[in-house]
Amino acid sequence: MRNFFRNNPTEAILLVVLAIVCVGLSIGTDQFLTLVNLANLLNASAINIIFAVGLVVVLIAGGIDISFAVAASVVQYVTVYALGYIGGGNWFWGFMIAGSLGIGLGLINAFLIHYFRIISIVVTIATFNAFFGLLMFITSGRYLYNLPDWWTTRIILVEHQTTSGQWAELTAPVAVMLIASFATWFLIRFTTTGRQLYAFGDNPEGARRVGINIAAMQAIAFGWAGMMAGIAGLMQVNFVQEVVPNALIGRELDVLAAVVLGGARLGGGRGSVIGCILGVMLIAIIQNGLNLLGISPFAFKMIVGAFILAAISLSNMSFSSLSFARKGRV
Amino acid sequence: MNQPLDNPSGQVVPAIRVRHVTKTFGGVTALDDVSFEVLPGEVHCLAGENGCGKSTIIKIITGVYQPDAGAEIEIFGQKLSAITPTISRKLGIDVIWQDLALFPLMSVAENIAFEGMLGNVPRIARHATLRKKAAEVLTRLGVDLDLEAPLHTLSVAERQIVAVGRALVGDARLVFMDEPTASLTQSETEKLLAIVAKLSSEGVAVVFVSHRLAEVLKISSRVTVLRDGRLVGVYDTDGMTQSHLTELMTGHTFDSVVAAQDRSKAPVVLQVKNLTREGEFNNIDLTVRQGEVVGITGLIGAGRTELGHALFGMTKPGSGEIILNGAPVRFRSNRDAINSGVAYVSEDRLTLGLVQPQSIADNIVLPVLDSILDRFGLISSSKKDKTVRSWIDDLAVKIGEPTDPVTTLSGGNQQRIVLAKWLATKPKLLILDAPTVGVDVGARAGIFEIVRKLADQGLAILMISDEIPEAYFNSDRVIHMAGGEFIGEYDPRSTTISEIEGAVFA
Amino acid sequence: MTKTYQKLRDLFGAEVLGLALFLIAVIVVFGVLSPRFLSGANVGSIAFQLPELGLLTLAMLVPILTGGLNLAITFTANISGLTLAWVLQMNGGVDAPTSAFVIGVIAAISVGTLAGFVMGVVIAYIGAHPILVSLAMMIFLRGLGEFLTHGGDISGFPEYVQPIGHGYFVGIPIPLLIFIVGAIVWHVMLSRTRHGFAAYMVGSNIQAAGYSGIHTKRTLTLVYTLSGTMCAIAGIIMLSRFNSVRVGHGEAYILITVLACFLGGVDPFGGFGRVMPVVLALIILQVLSSGLNLLGANQHLATAVWGLFLIGVMVIRWFWHRFAQKQY
Repeated sequence: MRNFFRNNPTEAILLVVLAIVCVGLSIGTDQFLTLVNLANLLNASAINIIFAVGLVVVLIAGGIDISFAVAASVVQYVTVYALGYIGGGNWFWGFMIAGSLGIGLGLINAFLIHYFRIISIVVTIATFNAFFGLLMFITSGRYLYNLPDWWTTRIILVEHQTTSGQWAELTAPVAVMLIASFATWFLIRFTTTGRQLYAFGDNPEGARRVGINIAAMQAIAFGWAGMMAGIAGLMQVNFVQEVVPNALIGRELDVLAAVVLGGARLGGGRGSVIGCILGVMLIAIIQNGLNLLGISPFAFKMIVGAFILAAISLSNMSFSSLSFARKGRV
Repeated sequence: MNQPLDNPSGQVVPAIRVRHVTKTFGGVTALDDVSFEVLPGEVHCLAGENGCGKSTIIKIITGVYQPDAGAEIEIFGQKLSAITPTISRKLGIDVIWQDLALFPLMSVAENIAFEGMLGNVPRIARHATLRKKAAEVLTRLGVDLDLEAPLHTLSVAERQIVAVGRALVGDARLVFMDEPTASLTQSETEKLLAIVAKLSSEGVAVVFVSHRLAEVLKISSRVTVLRDGRLVGVYDTDGMTQSHLTELMTGHTFDSVVAAQDRSKAPVVLQVKNLTREGEFNNIDLTVRQGEVVGITGLIGAGRTELGHALFGMTKPGSGEIILNGAPVRFRSNRDAINSGVAYVSEDRLTLGLVQPQSIADNIVLPVLDSILDRFGLISSSKKDKTVRSWIDDLAVKIGEPTDPVTTLSGGNQQRIVLAKWLATKPKLLILDAPTVGVDVGARAGIFEIVRKLADQGLAILMISDEIPEAYFNSDRVIHMAGGEFIGEYDPRSTTISEIEGAVFA
Repeated sequence: MTKTYQKLRDLFGAEVLGLALFLIAVIVVFGVLSPRFLSGANVGSIAFQLPELGLLTLAMLVPILTGGLNLAITFTANISGLTLAWVLQMNGGVDAPTSAFVIGVIAAISVGTLAGFVMGVVIAYIGAHPILVSLAMMIFLRGLGEFLTHGGDISGFPEYVQPIGHGYFVGIPIPLLIFIVGAIVWHVMLSRTRHGFAAYMVGSNIQAAGYSGIHTKRTLTLVYTLSGTMCAIAGIIMLSRFNSVRVGHGEAYILITVLACFLGGVDPFGGFGRVMPVVLALIILQVLSSGLNLLGANQHLATAVWGLFLIGVMVIRWFWHRFAQKQY
């Protein structure tokens, strides 16, 4: 625990802030601390967390990905047609198709970044435009409602009727979110590959010199982000029960903000799954709390934006010593 | 003594022996029939100027480069026809480069034992094994570091130790250390040298690769000197002085001219009274007069650069007074210092001296933008050209076009650009910090000619240098700094260089 | 021939020449494929479309030169437009007097400048990453705008506002004129002023620039402040072109402006890049999209082509670089 606080100062502070916000909301509103509300919060945040745990791997490896949310939309469309081709499919095929398509799109980024030595922000802005433009052009912006039943059926994992008669339910995306988080946590924390990703993001030249395979690092980071984006896309369809080509555009920056709020560092070498979850949940809980406090929904984003701006300013102040250390010869 | 040794190895099987190594790149000969030998457990220096072939020979021994035909290579008695990086590492050879190649955000344990994390096939990362290995290595080195601490929280010296630890995890029996003491303070250097001595006693050979040898000379037994890709000789370090070694490295004797003159009648430009900055320097009293070159020398970590930074307004002294041209000054930033007529040539030309990828012209006019404006307040390209041209001519800088990136210039010409840039600000006091770092021998004399000319024009110059001959021959007075204090002052006209060396290395 | 080439290259830089040749090629291809492409109407429509994206790209350019990014550009423009709209509404909407318009413009520019200034201060003095700061500012401004407008449009402006978006002055579309002035101001600022000079130096090596006496923090603050000012001007033009203000209008431009800068040879790490090639890159993007439109494709295909085009250019630069290095 001591080590957690020392090595993950941002996550630790975030945890404290989250706790304070939760306690405050529990006292300030009588609805916040109800099973129904908490379950809904989790259901609504699950997809962003899946995106986030994919993105954090890229950030750890020192890159940035702008294209993942649009890639998820591309995956949704192609998956619909691929499933139609194999006659409807099932969850297994859904995951296989969406996951591998996502990986494929991620590998396009990795290839361009590694082979042509173009920095990731340039590549992913280019692929963002290419993916989105082609998707909108080919689909003409058409919505798809005619989806396999298994895909759009709401799957309830746990349900509980509260005394007020409302149902608190946890749905499939939450389970997928838990598995995705666990898998990412395992990858980055407990495998040699994960440690190589941290090392690569921390000091790419040093990583190359100790014998880390750089091409593999880029492929794994962007492939993982792509896979998670594909799966998030799959689950988002389950959640909203339709496929809309521009439904996820803009999500990339929201997720990026949440992940960075959660302690991931632009420039690489730092980031954690717990940070992703905390970052996404904190933003979701603040919005939820504002809602429960009866504040106009139009003010949510403004307050969240101000909050993130303040959080970044404050966390950077405490890290100024770090940035100085990194400028020295290491 | 101090003669090349003919057959130093005797009966011992050398850790490494290379002979007749020649390496050419295109038409350029980087190494010409060089032989090099290190004994097991020996602490050895590989000395030479920048570009003398030091790094080429390391790269050949570690298998990065292949030597031209005719080379003989023997590692721990094993004759090899070709070395690859893998073979080299397997045979126990490791290099700690100057930039260390460590991971600042990762823990000490992971940095030391990262080897266990390598491989393309994912495995479970065994943190406990890794920690155990790292702890073993640190015990072996006799140092106590927090294994969980992120590396960036460590001092530079501790990071060096971590790098040594990493080499030992790989069972290194021969470690090259590239400029290991370059950024260490005195006490840190001693700590590192103690570890090197310990390694040596365990039979691990250590080769220091350096052009700043004062510290490492003390504990190494032999030194191999290279110059212009050729072997100058292998020498016993017993009784070797820094000036003799510098002569060997440069092929240039420094015994001729002491440039010192009596400037004690000239008006005072800089007067420093009792200047102190906690942990950096204490009670500094210093006077620099018009036309005077005051040299400050001493070992690394004596607080010289820190003093320079304080005089240049980069840091604020804790107490004491700085008086410039009779008026006390208190700089809030280096801009104040520049406006008051202080210029500072940094020892770190790469990251501080020049804005590296930008053009020669832009680097020269950078601090004097106000002087090249036209009547609309815009930068006048004709005034800019004129300024740039006049300085390039004045300091005889060899350049292609003023618009070329400053990186295209040699070290000596880059340093002239730095000088030009600061002289353009019309300074009254010029602080030179290690003015010949990374400057070739031939070009050094040129730099000092400029310095002397500037002094004759009335500029007050404070020259910080860890190369005693440089300070001795080019200053009017030499001050010895150690532990943040001035502990001696010498007049080169009435002192021999060995006296100063004796004091500094005592 | 080579001499002429060298002279041209010295005058405009290799980057501009390559882009200009490409632009000519694109124009020729589309001119052959579609007879309407070179018609006055089409050229006119390009001239009216270019300025919005152009001004926002100028706002993006300077932060990139200093090694940063300003993701808040479109929402800064929206909020500035909103400010003007609010002042006009307060003073009678359609019947607002010119004085109200002038005050509104001043207010709009002040608001945009302030947004930029706040970002600049956080980036320069606290040392936070520009991507994060501008991202947070973007989220904040978007939220603020949605809060104020409740997601709706604001319209109903006086007649005289129209020409700023639609009118001509001596035969040149007024928005284009404003863009040209903006580009010239930016060009002069970057190539001839102390601030521009400092911006390049800060982008290349902030520490060395500081050592040489450049006030790096003030430079960075000013860079983002001016970026905000430029956004405000873009916001005012957007207001008059659409005769309405909606928060979120031009959102897609955020990343297109970055794309245009990279296409125009701006170094993603900062320190290098000029206005002229970026303007050319903008014209290429606009010509590509209008040509594709005439051929029956829509803006979305153009967006895709833009993305692929950027990848193509980066790959060509990579080959070129390799080729150039082999020469030694």
